[in-house]
Amino acid sequence: MSIDIKEVTHIAKLARLSLTGAELELYSTQLSGILGYVEKLKELDTGGIEPTSHVLDLKNVMREDRVRPSLPEDEVLANAPDRKDGFYRVPRIIE
Amino acid sequence: MSANGKYETVIGLEVHAQLLTDSKIFCGCSTKFGADPNTQTCPVCTGMPGSLPVLNRKAVEFAIKTGLAMDCEISLFSRFARKNYFYPDLPKGYQISQYELPICERGHLDIKTSEGTKRIGITRIHMEEDAGKNIHEGAGPYSLVDLNRAGVPLMEIVSDPDLRSPEEASEYMRRLRTILRYIGVCDGNMEQGSLRCDANVSVRPRGQRELGVKVELKNMNSFRFVEKALEYEITRQTKAIEDGEKIIQETRLWDSAAGVTLSMRTKEEAHDYRYFPEPDLVPISVEKNWIEEIRKGLPELPGQKIERFIKEYQLPEYDSELLASEKPLAEWFEEAVKLGGNPKAASNWIMGELMRLLNEEGLSIEEKPAVKPAMLVEMIGLIENGTISGKIAKTVFEEMYKTGKQAKIVIEEKGLVQIADAGSLAPVIDEILARNPKEVERYKAGDEKLIGFFVGQVMRATKGKANPALLNELLKKKLS
Repeated sequence: MSIDIKEVTHIAKLARLSLTGAELELYSTQLSGILGYVEKLKELDTGGIEPTSHVLDLKNVMREDRVRPSLPEDEVLANAPDRKDGFYRVPRIIE
Repeated sequence: MSANGKYETVIGLEVHAQLLTDSKIFCGCSTKFGADPNTQTCPVCTGMPGSLPVLNRKAVEFAIKTGLAMDCEISLFSRFARKNYFYPDLPKGYQISQYELPICERGHLDIKTSEGTKRIGITRIHMEEDAGKNIHEGAGPYSLVDLNRAGVPLMEIVSDPDLRSPEEASEYMRRLRTILRYIGVCDGNMEQGSLRCDANVSVRPRGQRELGVKVELKNMNSFRFVEKALEYEITRQTKAIEDGEKIIQETRLWDSAAGVTLSMRTKEEAHDYRYFPEPDLVPISVEKNWIEEIRKGLPELPGQKIERFIKEYQLPEYDSELLASEKPLAEWFEEAVKLGGNPKAASNWIMGELMRLLNEEGLSIEEKPAVKPAMLVEMIGLIENGTISGKIAKTVFEEMYKTGKQAKIVIEEKGLVQIADAGSLAPVIDEILARNPKEVERYKAGDEKLIGFFVGQVMRATKGKANPALLNELLKKKLS
């Protein structure tokens, strides 16, 4: 299985990445290689085996509905490139 | 045949209800509305690397409770999934939601239509986290992001495509809201966004089996907008079909100011969410005895209450529906009946004067604790024993409502006791008759409709305090 340029362009769009033509080609080759490797797993006969969604044999890990302190504003926004009046400020996002 | 008769509308609703938990669904941040931006956030709900979500047990309980109230099957095994998309209000780059194996499936909700009761199927109910809020500053090049809402627990309730008109859709919303408020899982506040509604709507020629191309409508934050947006969309789609145009599968936003729906995105550019099981949360295995425990905690539901009011108090269906529309109102009514109030009289006063006065102030009954059922019961008693007339009672009721004083006190202070003895009423009648000799003559000549005129005059002279039965009797005697 290979991932062509069109597919990479689509995925890049979903991930909001803008890629150059050279990058598209590079990732097409690299992603195809990865999928080719995973393709090998398909050789295994997995008929009759339940798909695994979780590797831990655990269920029902829950907490009680109790409010705990949130982070102080300065810590919350510490990594934000830009802020205003306690908000994160980002490039305009009207769809 | 009109275009409307030729086509049939098919509507399914997706309702998002914010669950009334104190803390968020996967972390301990508060869910309180209206806090300063980003003051109710932590590493989990801001999607910091290395943080891990832990499920709020109450959110699961509320979702199961809702499922039980709508006769759903509760899934004994359920899990979360990641819904992947990029948007600044979604810090992790995915929303934790449920995809396969939602917590509840296959239920139903009965609505009232002009043709009687109609059963609307519930496809599924699933839990998910809310996203943050974006604010777009004027026309500037920036948007502001507040993540307080990110991680607030939501329940998405998906109906089957069983609704056939905007009226049915808004009736379904109303019923749903009433149930959610009854069982205490959601406050149902559409303006603050704790109850939101998206609709899938399509139009097809009547009799056609397969569905028409559907359009998803968003942004309808009131019952009225749900109806208006659907009406607009049905007209738009019907016209397009009539004109031989193709309906495009797309998402459209309701613009309430312009009263139109506008295209937001088409299917070709629709998100490809690439759902997969959420590895950070282990599955939920619901124990049967937990379900039974939750079932025992369910209150009497609106539908049951309506039936009971009709049977137990011989109330008309209309009264029962209205009284049962809000649990506190129904409880207020029942309290009045328990204290000895005649059920129909109590219902009339609640539906008439009490609701009118509450609506004028934009309040609900629980926001007016000074007005107590006992006060109404006492007043009804005073009407029944002839102390005040039904008409004066309206004045008394309004005064009780405004001041919180008892009926007896209001009557005393305002001198509103009914004139029910002939000795006091006769002189007033004599005076009115003496002042209107022409009318008396006409009455005696056979114009008996004039009795109403005399009654009116006496009522005005006594400020409405004359006992109507006695007044009629005396008038007729004096005029004969």
